[in-house]
Amino acid sequence: MATKLTARRKRRVSPTSESRPVQLLLIGLALAFMAVVLVLPLYAVFHEALAKGLDVFFATFSNRDAQAAIRLTLLVAAIAVPLNVIFGLAASWAIAKFEFKGKAFLITLIDLPFSVSPVISGLVYVLLFGSGSFLGPFLKGYGIEVLFALPGIVLATIFVTFPFVARELIPLMQDQGTGDEEAALSLGANGWQTFWRVTLPNIKWGLLYGVLLCNARAMGEFGAVAVVSGKIRGQTTTMPLQVEMLYNEYNAAAAFALASLLAMLALVTLVLKTALEWRFGEELAAAKTE
Amino acid sequence: MGRRLSAAPSPASRRGWSFRQPSVIPGFGLTLGFTLTYFSLIILIPLIALAVRSAGLGPEGFWKAATDPRVLGALRVSFTTALFAAAVNVVFGTLIAWVLVRYRFPGRRIFDAIIDLPFALPTAVAGISLTAIYAPNGILGALFAPLGWRIAYTPTGIVIAMIFIGLPFVVRTIQPILEEVSHEVEEASATLGANRFQTVTKVILPSLMPAVLTGFALAFARAVGEYGSVIFIAGNIPFVSEIAPLLIFIRLEENNYAGAAAIAAVMLLISFVLLFAINLIQAWSRRRYGYGH
Repeated sequence: MATKLTARRKRRVSPTSESRPVQLLLIGLALAFMAVVLVLPLYAVFHEALAKGLDVFFATFSNRDAQAAIRLTLLVAAIAVPLNVIFGLAASWAIAKFEFKGKAFLITLIDLPFSVSPVISGLVYVLLFGSGSFLGPFLKGYGIEVLFALPGIVLATIFVTFPFVARELIPLMQDQGTGDEEAALSLGANGWQTFWRVTLPNIKWGLLYGVLLCNARAMGEFGAVAVVSGKIRGQTTTMPLQVEMLYNEYNAAAAFALASLLAMLALVTLVLKTALEWRFGEELAAAKTE
Repeated sequence: MGRRLSAAPSPASRRGWSFRQPSVIPGFGLTLGFTLTYFSLIILIPLIALAVRSAGLGPEGFWKAATDPRVLGALRVSFTTALFAAAVNVVFGTLIAWVLVRYRFPGRRIFDAIIDLPFALPTAVAGISLTAIYAPNGILGALFAPLGWRIAYTPTGIVIAMIFIGLPFVVRTIQPILEEVSHEVEEASATLGANRFQTVTKVILPSLMPAVLTGFALAFARAVGEYGSVIFIAGNIPFVSEIAPLLIFIRLEENNYAGAAAIAAVMLLISFVLLFAINLIQAWSRRRYGYGH
């Protein structure tokens, strides 16, 4: 019965769909909005980056401060992302494989950083380690600088990217249940073997998906890092901060050249993410609808 | 440790209440312990530092810092622009979700992928790019400049930036729900004599309302806290186009840490209320419609 109705719907103008002109009008409206709001800004980055010619474009990247900014951004992501991966794996293991009191509350807490303004994410570390705090002067006594140095930038980045891996893995692992792990354990595998050989292969695409999003945000974070970095040229400026600095110095061509590198990163992230969704959509579905 | 617990029931479970149900899977203590420690160090303790610092002002000092005219002005700018942006996003986000889910057209999957661009594009990049577009000599700014309508460096610019960063929240919240709405109710509505417009507005859209409200709240919350994409296009004139996150930044640069903490505390309080509202909407929609997330 249901299949007959579906078949008929394709042949005639269906009472459960709109007429073609209405459809075309709505599609046109939606695509026009997306073109102006989403596509145009992306295009403008590359347009402005190349507006003064290729020489200016490439000269930006031979600048020592720009290179230092690129190196710092890579370093920060290389520290922050793996830490959040370990956290994401631990949290999703505890939450998905066990039943315990307060679990729903814990899941809500993990998403907390998403509802905190990036500027506040940086501010909390300034309050914790800045002048007038207890920890800052204490650590300074041992020669450890947190604010206006690498540790502060890394901490702020970890804060804003905290939920990415966990929120992909938790629904995915909850969906998969504990059957595979129980089978492995009953066949004599120990905990680590079960994790490495059973759980990890099951979640690898979801994990990659989470890492992609986490990395994109870690490399692109601006507000939180701006608060803690102190913006010392060539030392504590990440790529987004360098973009701001160049822009405020009315060096728009260089700012957009560096920005185009970040836009490329965003595009690569989108392409990989979409490829994962198309190829492993079923496996990721549990995570995606969450 | 986990296995030993499950072999011999723990004292707690013998009393009829246990923190967790027994399981043969190991690693509970290790993973939960790590999770809670990491969460405390990265999120909880810094947030407590914020609470302590703003509480250090005392009730009177806190009230004075939070109701300073410039602070109130910045909060007003942030919340009104975010409200406008979220409203625009709800209308066009619903339309885009509808078109992407219901219709087939060439390039649909590419447009579907592009929706997530604001998640992937660093906010500072979006900020300078939008400024270049809407500045009086920009691609779109030049169209409006002769009409005397300035977009960049005004509150309109703030709204534009917030529309950009908020759009995916609305689309991505509505899309999965729209996919779940069963065709049977539409067929029932049609057989009972409703025309298509009635079916859409009286049957489909009401069942989307919880998702629309959630998307609205998410886009609004994100827009209120947004910094990077807004400050370049905003103009940053106190009382006119200065947003609250920027004022936190300015207070910090004045070494007024307590003042910065007070503004942050007010903003956090409001976003937690929003988060709570989102949870309520979702619980309500689960009860009312049997789906949602």
